[in-house]
Amino acid sequence: MGKNDQPVVSMSGITKRFLDVTANRDVSFQLHSGEICALLGENGAGKTTLMNILFGYYACDAGEIFIKGEKVNLSAPKDAISRGVGMIHQHFALVASQTVLENIVVGTASRKGIFLDLASARQALVRLQERFGLQIDPDARVWTLSVGEQQKVEILKALYRDVDILIMDEPTAVLAPAETSDLFNTLRSLVQEGRSVVFISHKLNEVMDISDRIVVLRAGEVVAERKTSETSARELANLMVGRELLESIEKTERAPGDPVLNIKKLNVLNDKKLAAIADLNLTVRQNEILGMAGISGNGQTELSEVLFGMRSPSQGVIEINERSLKLGNPAASIQSQMGRIPEDRIGTGLLMDLSVEENFILENHASAAFQAYGLMKSQKIHNFSDRLIKAYNIKTAGRDAITKSLSGGNLQKVMLARALAGEPSLIVASQPTRGLDVGAMEYIHQRLVEERQRGAGILLISDDLDEIFALSDRIVVLYEGKIMGEAPGATASREQIGLWMSGVMA
Amino acid sequence: MIAEFLDLAFISGLMGATMRMATPIIFAALGEILTERAGVLNLGIEGIMLMGAMTGFVFTYSSGSIWFGVFAAACVGMLLGFLMALLSVNLGLSQHVSGLGITLFATGLAMFIYRLHFGSPTVPPIIQPFKQVALPVLSKIPVIGPGLFTQYTLTYIAWLLVPALSILLYKTTIGLKIRTVGENPVVADTVGVNVALTRTLCLVAGGALMGIGGAFLTLAHQNMFLIDVIGGRGWVAIAMVIFGNWNPLKATIGALIFGFLDGLQLRLQSIGVVLSFHLFLMIPYLLTIIALIGVSRRAAVPAGLLKPYRREEKGG
Repeated sequence: MGKNDQPVVSMSGITKRFLDVTANRDVSFQLHSGEICALLGENGAGKTTLMNILFGYYACDAGEIFIKGEKVNLSAPKDAISRGVGMIHQHFALVASQTVLENIVVGTASRKGIFLDLASARQALVRLQERFGLQIDPDARVWTLSVGEQQKVEILKALYRDVDILIMDEPTAVLAPAETSDLFNTLRSLVQEGRSVVFISHKLNEVMDISDRIVVLRAGEVVAERKTSETSARELANLMVGRELLESIEKTERAPGDPVLNIKKLNVLNDKKLAAIADLNLTVRQNEILGMAGISGNGQTELSEVLFGMRSPSQGVIEINERSLKLGNPAASIQSQMGRIPEDRIGTGLLMDLSVEENFILENHASAAFQAYGLMKSQKIHNFSDRLIKAYNIKTAGRDAITKSLSGGNLQKVMLARALAGEPSLIVASQPTRGLDVGAMEYIHQRLVEERQRGAGILLISDDLDEIFALSDRIVVLYEGKIMGEAPGATASREQIGLWMSGVMA
Repeated sequence: MIAEFLDLAFISGLMGATMRMATPIIFAALGEILTERAGVLNLGIEGIMLMGAMTGFVFTYSSGSIWFGVFAAACVGMLLGFLMALLSVNLGLSQHVSGLGITLFATGLAMFIYRLHFGSPTVPPIIQPFKQVALPVLSKIPVIGPGLFTQYTLTYIAWLLVPALSILLYKTTIGLKIRTVGENPVVADTVGVNVALTRTLCLVAGGALMGIGGAFLTLAHQNMFLIDVIGGRGWVAIAMVIFGNWNPLKATIGALIFGFLDGLQLRLQSIGVVLSFHLFLMIPYLLTIIALIGVSRRAAVPAGLLKPYRREEKGG
């Protein structure tokens, strides 16, 4: 590995502002050929912005960029692509309704002039697939592919454009453990050929596993640079957050009490009218966190939607506090003393264009506490909102602030505050820390454990195994809509859970 | 009366009328497909068609050349398409508001220019309209020949444009770029496609087709300009785009169904079925709505439709 050579990428003095927010301040960054360099930092630390500048997607306000020794002025992604820089964003840049092949050739020159030359593109694609072991049907429509497969399409798309500097933004966020190790193998084979990879992540274990070198960003500035072999996850965590993190979540022994949620023979269809949940039986008790592990897309979304009343099951009974729940009716779920934390905080959880306060009372705006004869009791609502903002330490300009001005972690706190305000006996938390940084995640975890101490039963649906292991008293694994297995949280082995997640019954 | 339905001349005439009545809808729908495939809903369509109809008429009247009129209508359509691009693409305004604004503006402007040119004559001025051209051989086919293949030149052009647009959209690199811009402008941008330019060009070219579609009504279907000459055909064209799932061929089928019903109601009136003519006028529109209810549930709307695109919006 020619690490002493001239760097393939050298950025210096990069500064980028968005209105009043400085996303990058005087950042310098080097990338050498044949290395995997991790860019580590919390959400909002400026990792993605920095790489978007290298990709020509954003223009920087100050600073210089050299690619392969040449000073460049990138005004659009095509300038970067033509110099061999490719970027795979967290939200894939693919057209769902088009085929894999169409997605790969769009914007590239065709040998037949203005007419598409799909035949020779297909040959080139097949050659790439064989070389890197990335098997995908070129004629499949992208929406039919799993996220792991879509990521392979993205990598092929970059390779098809002869990219030798590949930037990957949080590539494992959506992958199953097995898919992650496939991806890592692909990345290793890419750098063996002398290409370079920038790996943006906030997951410490992965960074330790895949990278040669780590650059830590915090609040838009580079705070540290380490060789992976000379650092530890612990040190990186503290560098990233800028303070000491708790070693682990403290949890006291509590004996599970009465069942708060009882699901019997539940069958649910997904949007394509296929079975998403099949004959599911599940019980959650007081004082208990039941962790439901599983790769996303195995029925978790549909299960939570049924519990929240947003989807009607084809069959089954759900009892909450031993009373049967009226199904397919969100109002009934709210009245059943269920704290609802949906997985998609922006799409379903919150109304981004309303104020924080309005989001707080969304579920209970019609209750007598907040209205009389259809008129809102403003003062009571204000007091309620101020209390929640304080109690949950929500960073917002005020209760009147528009919700979309909040960061991801604070949005999650708004949902959490709303769900927990009524001291629910059952909490259904679906992917409660997805996309959150370490600090925000730690807070949410602590709150959930406090709720358990209070006596609530919690169904924690998550595809993050670390989270499942950190919090759960009991772990079940959902695979293709069925429970593959169950294990006590204290003694479960990662290997066993991982096997169940991949559908292996051992 | 049944006998009259089965009459060969009636059937042949109905087929001919179907083609004629479908022509402006085909032009407009093809233009709208082009713009919507690039991600812009152009609700200026009704106004652009009216401006096309007026401009085509005025230029033909003044110059005596009907093809010059068609050319002028296309140019005006392009100008208004460009205006739509300035508003909705460059300034990133709401596509609904920009489009409706253009329709309102163009409606007023068309009447204004017409009045400026002709004043308020008691008898509306007329032009020598297009003549129908019988295609050799084809028009001699029994039963269907005389109806289908004795048409205006613009109708034949509309027919040629359907496969032409299909090939453009599905078989060329340009078409793939257009579709990508319409589905996901971010993707298009990251592979080096100029989103704003693509959308602008599609709006301009689409505007030309809409303008010609409007001109057909004053230069072929009728020989004079009246303020209500478009009669909602722009909206029907938008409905046909949805009906046809943004596919040129399927939208044309929709336009033909509309043309058939429009032709049928004219003929039912002329053979003296006794009912208020308003009810007949309603038939094609009513059936359009019914067809849409059936089809639009599984419509594959271009995912980027209605979304203005700006690169440097954080999180965008």
